[in-house]
Amino acid sequence: MNLPVIIKFVIDLLAVLLLALGIKGLSKVKSARDANRLAAFAMSLSVVGLLSYYLGTSGIAIQSWIWIIIGSIIGSLFGSILAKKVPMTSMPETVALFNGCGGMSSLLVALGVAIFPISNSVENLDFFKSLINEVSISVSIFVGAITFTGSIVAMAKLQGWLSTPGWTQSKVRHFVNIVFAVASLIAFFDLINGNTSSIWLLVIVSSLLGIGVTLPIGGADMPVVISLLNSYSGIAAAAAGFVVDSQLLIVAGAMVGAAGLILTQVMCKGMNRSLVSVLFGGSLSAQSTASSGSGEYTNITSCSVEECALTLEAANKVIIVPGYGLAVAQAQHTLREVTKKLEQNGIEVIYAIHPVAGRMPGHMNVLLAEADVPYEQLKEMDVVNPDFPATDVVLVLGANDVVNPQAKNDSSSPLYGMPVLDVQEARTVFVIKRGMSAGYSGIKNDLFDLPNTSMVFGDAKKVLNDLIGELKDLGVGEK
Amino acid sequence: MSFISLLWVLLLGSLLGLELIGKVPPTLHTPLMSGANAISGITMLAALTLIVKAEGNVPLLIIGSVSLGFALFNVVGGFFVTDRMLAMFSRKPSNKK
Repeated sequence: MNLPVIIKFVIDLLAVLLLALGIKGLSKVKSARDANRLAAFAMSLSVVGLLSYYLGTSGIAIQSWIWIIIGSIIGSLFGSILAKKVPMTSMPETVALFNGCGGMSSLLVALGVAIFPISNSVENLDFFKSLINEVSISVSIFVGAITFTGSIVAMAKLQGWLSTPGWTQSKVRHFVNIVFAVASLIAFFDLINGNTSSIWLLVIVSSLLGIGVTLPIGGADMPVVISLLNSYSGIAAAAAGFVVDSQLLIVAGAMVGAAGLILTQVMCKGMNRSLVSVLFGGSLSAQSTASSGSGEYTNITSCSVEECALTLEAANKVIIVPGYGLAVAQAQHTLREVTKKLEQNGIEVIYAIHPVAGRMPGHMNVLLAEADVPYEQLKEMDVVNPDFPATDVVLVLGANDVVNPQAKNDSSSPLYGMPVLDVQEARTVFVIKRGMSAGYSGIKNDLFDLPNTSMVFGDAKKVLNDLIGELKDLGVGEK
Repeated sequence: MSFISLLWVLLLGSLLGLELIGKVPPTLHTPLMSGANAISGITMLAALTLIVKAEGNVPLLIIGSVSLGFALFNVVGGFFVTDRMLAMFSRKPSNKK
């Protein structure tokens, strides 16, 4: 072994260790930020390791340097600009976009190697080796393409650029996807047989498969899908590692792939969904309205913003339950203004955060932190649930399924068993909601029928703005 | 590296990944996903390899460069955005328990 090989070996080992520590640290609140930096450092270290290895052995041509610099500058520039500019509310689609580009990168590497075999790797390859080479190229293309198109569809759906087309909710989609899957399999074997032109077929059908699989999935399940696609992009990276013969790539890719899978599982659990039903069940509303005839509301009380303001003024303790709707309406700052007024009036305000509140687990914490809500006021579900009986007013903002008492009381409900916030225990509950439409589960919410619940209809942001006006008129918060 | 030893690397890497995250507080799901996502941009090493070994083959150099761009977009953007999210948590006294 000569020096460059040893150096690269040591650096790779160190990078793997640091990456593992980084992932580990990211799962704890205290160490998360440092862990993220550690992982970033490990990544740059691995680049230094690779470049120094080539400098020490074969050397790097000027021409290569030029293209390396062009690619790096453009990629990093766009990446950092987007990361700095994007609003916190669009975090899920941003992660989806980044993820898709990672998949695209693996796809391109495999394509490049397939079309222009790298000089020294193609010489005197025996049959077994070239087979491995072709298999890893195919896997890398297949997974990379699915990751790319799937992530782009996920992003477009979260941005609202794409809606769920009707046909994707019928059985047709399974048929279509099976056709795509079979076609990719055919292209796969054809490619291994040495028919290089089928590589394009593989690219096309696996891209279509990525679209076909992601398109039917409803908006609220998207986080799970993104997490799964993230795991795929790890697998794509590992496959690319086989293509270019890099252990570091294989380890890091496998780690991300496996960790992503676990994270997906954890997220599914929080939403009381199984991965299978997310992937193949389509949007939940389509099923449940058909199966469990969701029932009509019989006892809806609607009230004006003014009444709501009066009740709030008289309260001692208020709990806010923020949800998906608040995130969509981007009303977290307006909400903060309302709660500031209440606090100035001596009213105790806390926020009850359901594990899957927002557009992604943990997303609500990020959003409220952005609106300068003190961290101590954010209470997790298990902590806050015993507090509800002693609470005067609960404001439910754009949350629905996570406050449905059915999940506790009705064993026939599809929601049964999902952990929920016991808001109905409070004296008065105001539900701020655009209309009577169901939550993403499509299930009737028994909470709305309860006598102590009043509905305030309207867009979360507008209602909160009106509320600020009403509170002002009442002199709340203006000692 | 022989293929068999690469398979071992794959297996051990996967096992390591499975063990790394056990209990994650829901607060951290989004940042963790985003951070892991940045790491999956490690394919930039494959793109670099491609460029270095292209030996003057211009189409290959271009493919490699585009691939490198995509990967770095993922890596740099991913780490920055994760840092932005985590900065919001640590700005406050973040001792939850």
